[in-house]
Amino acid sequence: MASLDDLKKRIASVKSTQKITKAMKMVAAAKLRRAQESAEKGRPYSEKMNNMILNLSSGISDKENAPKLLSGSGNDKVHLCVVMTSDRGLCGGFNSNIIKKAKSYFAKLVEEGKDLKIITVGSKGNDQLKRAYGDDIIANISFKESKHANYFDAEKVGKMVIKKFEAEEFDVCTIFYNQFKNVITQIPQAQQIIPLRVENSEEDKSEDSYEFEPDEDEILSNLLPKNISTQIFKAMLENSASEQGSRMSAMDNATRNAGEMVDKLTIEYNRSRQAAITKELIEIISGAESL
Amino acid sequence: MSEEFKIEIVNPEKSFLVKEDISEVVVPAFEGEMGILKDHISIISFLKPGIIKVFSKSGNENYYVEDGIIEFKNNNLSILTSSILNLSDIGKSKQQDLLKQAEQEASKPDINDQLKYLIDQKIEVLRSIN
Repeated sequence: MASLDDLKKRIASVKSTQKITKAMKMVAAAKLRRAQESAEKGRPYSEKMNNMILNLSSGISDKENAPKLLSGSGNDKVHLCVVMTSDRGLCGGFNSNIIKKAKSYFAKLVEEGKDLKIITVGSKGNDQLKRAYGDDIIANISFKESKHANYFDAEKVGKMVIKKFEAEEFDVCTIFYNQFKNVITQIPQAQQIIPLRVENSEEDKSEDSYEFEPDEDEILSNLLPKNISTQIFKAMLENSASEQGSRMSAMDNATRNAGEMVDKLTIEYNRSRQAAITKELIEIISGAESL
Repeated sequence: MSEEFKIEIVNPEKSFLVKEDISEVVVPAFEGEMGILKDHISIISFLKPGIIKVFSKSGNENYYVEDGIIEFKNNNLSILTSSILNLSDIGKSKQQDLLKQAEQEASKPDINDQLKYLIDQKIEVLRSIN
């Protein structure tokens, strides 16, 4: 049994850990609100963008000559995966959920004999993937300096992806991120962005035709690269909200666990203090009796 | 019948401007400036650097944009842009900064014709408002 002094020290250390986790929870909660707000504010842009592309691609006359970003390069050999994680740890299962999703996808690709290329966004993902897939990682981007997800950063990633696509370095591009559902639930997502999957909802086929200036091909080829950046930006926003949500609930759990531990240790401390007193009393009494 | 329509300008971060009482909007479309009035035909076009002029009952406003896409449909005008600034908000120094930046970009040797055209446009616009 640990001595009284040891127990006292342990209680103090657990208490100070609890203070830290509590503070982190508060910070995450404040950041979460902001991240959630900006994720919601960013939604109209990506929705409108999606609608326009839907309208444009359904109106496109010549499917053969459609921009490659929409129709694909015609092959399905090299897959580029953009894995988006956080730069900081202590956020529960946030990063490992994405990595798990990504790894199972990678395993499937390798089984099918496809070539794999990985871009990691955020240093945590890179740390976890470089052991198993170190040779496949072609770039690692991290935005440690920027406080919030901003469009400028997303555009950087987007431009890089497009440049690689134009250089025919890959055929299919998929991004991995956590979709923010609520504070306790984040759903890891795999979203294919090149070639773009257009969900053709039947009822949305509006009969009124648009006038295009210049022609639709040109608009589409201008719009599609922007859409890539927009999708990446959306993923970044969702990710940052998820990260804070995940951290908040992880820290909440940690605080609660620390509280339980303090209770348990305090009981143990009190018991052993009592035991020591009893022992001393017995010693005194039996000493007195023997006289 | 009122001659007004709705405008919505969004940038990636938020809804930038939503207004219901617009009488006319002039946008710098890629093939020239274009004025849009109520009941314009449905149109999609994209923007080059320039000034968006918004005329409404509650006053006229000017916005500087560098790129974007516009869509007009059922008397709803949506403008998607990643870079938009309200002209009355930005001071002379900011305008000068933008101009300087554009001039720097223009002097880079490795730009293609389309980019060059866009940057020249940008410089021209920025000079004209200064």
